[in-house]
Amino acid sequence: MLHKPDSLVTLDTAGIHRAGRWLVRGVNLAIEPGEIVTLIGPNGSGKSTTAKMALGILKPDEGAVQRRADLKVSYVPQKLAVDWTLPLTVRRFMRLTGHVSVHEAESAMASTGVAHLAGAEVRTLSGGEFQRVMLARAVARKPDLLVLDEPVQGVDFSGEIALYDLIKRIRDEMHCGILLISHDLHVVMAATDRVICLNGHVCCSGTPTVVASSAEYKALFGARAASTLAVYEHHHDHTHLPDGRVEHGDGTITDHCHPEDGHHHHHGSEGKSDA
Amino acid sequence: MLDDFFTRAILAGIGVALVAGPLGCFIVWRRLAYFGDTLSHAALLGVALAFLFEINITLAVFGVSACVSIALLLLQKQGTLSSDALLGLLAHSALALGLVALAFMTWIRMDLMGFLFGDILAVSRMDIAIIWMGGIVVLAVLAIIWRPLFAATINRELAEAEGMNPERVNIIFMLLMAAVIAISMKIVGVLLITAMLIIPAATARRFSSGPEQMALMAAIIGAAAVVGGLFGSLEWDTPAGPSIVVAALILFILSLMPVFSRPSPKPGEMAPQASEPQKGTRP
Repeated sequence: MLHKPDSLVTLDTAGIHRAGRWLVRGVNLAIEPGEIVTLIGPNGSGKSTTAKMALGILKPDEGAVQRRADLKVSYVPQKLAVDWTLPLTVRRFMRLTGHVSVHEAESAMASTGVAHLAGAEVRTLSGGEFQRVMLARAVARKPDLLVLDEPVQGVDFSGEIALYDLIKRIRDEMHCGILLISHDLHVVMAATDRVICLNGHVCCSGTPTVVASSAEYKALFGARAASTLAVYEHHHDHTHLPDGRVEHGDGTITDHCHPEDGHHHHHGSEGKSDA
Repeated sequence: MLDDFFTRAILAGIGVALVAGPLGCFIVWRRLAYFGDTLSHAALLGVALAFLFEINITLAVFGVSACVSIALLLLQKQGTLSSDALLGLLAHSALALGLVALAFMTWIRMDLMGFLFGDILAVSRMDIAIIWMGGIVVLAVLAIIWRPLFAATINRELAEAEGMNPERVNIIFMLLMAAVIAISMKIVGVLLITAMLIIPAATARRFSSGPEQMALMAAIIGAAAVVGGLFGSLEWDTPAGPSIVVAALILFILSLMPVFSRPSPKPGEMAPQASEPQKGTRP
């Protein structure tokens, strides 16, 4: 991937090695301002690890991560448990990591539709409400880069569409780069500029254009949903065995997957088909 | 007025309570109760070392507590034993080392009970000065690191991703804990310090709607427990340190009474759980 000077963050063949194996390796990725990049892949494929490298939480064991100077990041983690012992209203949560004016907080809450929850305790919110509150908090910081780890988790399907719409609107209005991690291999948002499929390394990447027209997707979710969501279909040519080794399409077994591994549609050993 | 031992005790006790309250909130939020215990057990080793090297007891206790904190951080990073096993190992090793060291120093006649349960009625003007000046420093540092410490309490990775340094504030927080143990040991004793940290904070939870408010409430409740406990100890001739903890416990039990529960939330702000899902997931 080319490194442009205005890239928000660039990963150059970055990898993380833990306890004798590579969680993810050889990741090339750049996020430009105003661009939505979606990471998909099966469980344990290194999506969160890759995002954490981009965020600077994890230092790559090989390769390099470059972040633009003074990059302002907002992060919406996958899980955030607020203990009963911790009194925390939505209003207070909005200024968790930095000063946010009352006006900024209110307009951010209004934009994600949670203005009425300002006085509510965070731990009493439902899954969908909490996701919107976390999004509002992230937006109120006016970030250059917004990283969302499975933002539609625990949200029902109609809420999921609305949340994807909201993410697109945030990008359009704030022109920030967005790195989105999707738990669903087959469903990614149509507004995504680039989809990167991980499976221990970058399997493939590209625009998700083909997918919206996919017949089986329409059959499953209806045409209206298809205008918002898109299916990104592909097959993995290798399977990660429980012991960490990799079985390739041709039946060979190696310790790691190879950077040149990709996907071949004629092979049948794909990861999941749960959509 | 400082000539009166009882006035000195109240001043010292309130000074400790005002610091222990806010710090105790973090102990409760972060589920570090056992960590507080570990540091206070280690305090006895500090006392022994203070006698051995003839240095100030408060300083020695702070030093040992700080070393135990750092040792814990390093051992946790190694990741071989679980945190609670490490805490138990450090707590009781330090306690045993302290007791053994004290037994070796046969030339010292010391009142072990005074260190285990506190000797608040014997505080000197110097003690009060140490408690209040140390306390002000601890609270000032806590105020400075409040935002990153609180953010890291909610979610460490989020705090780190958004430009904070959780590792550094964690170390500072541990040093603050060591300082509080050192200055409050004389008041309630090694065995009861954790109670002063946790009980006022737990009591404050029911009256608070925000973290800062809870910290303030914990400080006030702790101070009330000190005053109540000391007067009780005077009235019924009970040991002062345990009486303070008992007073704190009584306040906690009172806070559980329905009469004292927080005013019911404004409409729409804290709707009952049952009606939340439908409202929340509607796009």
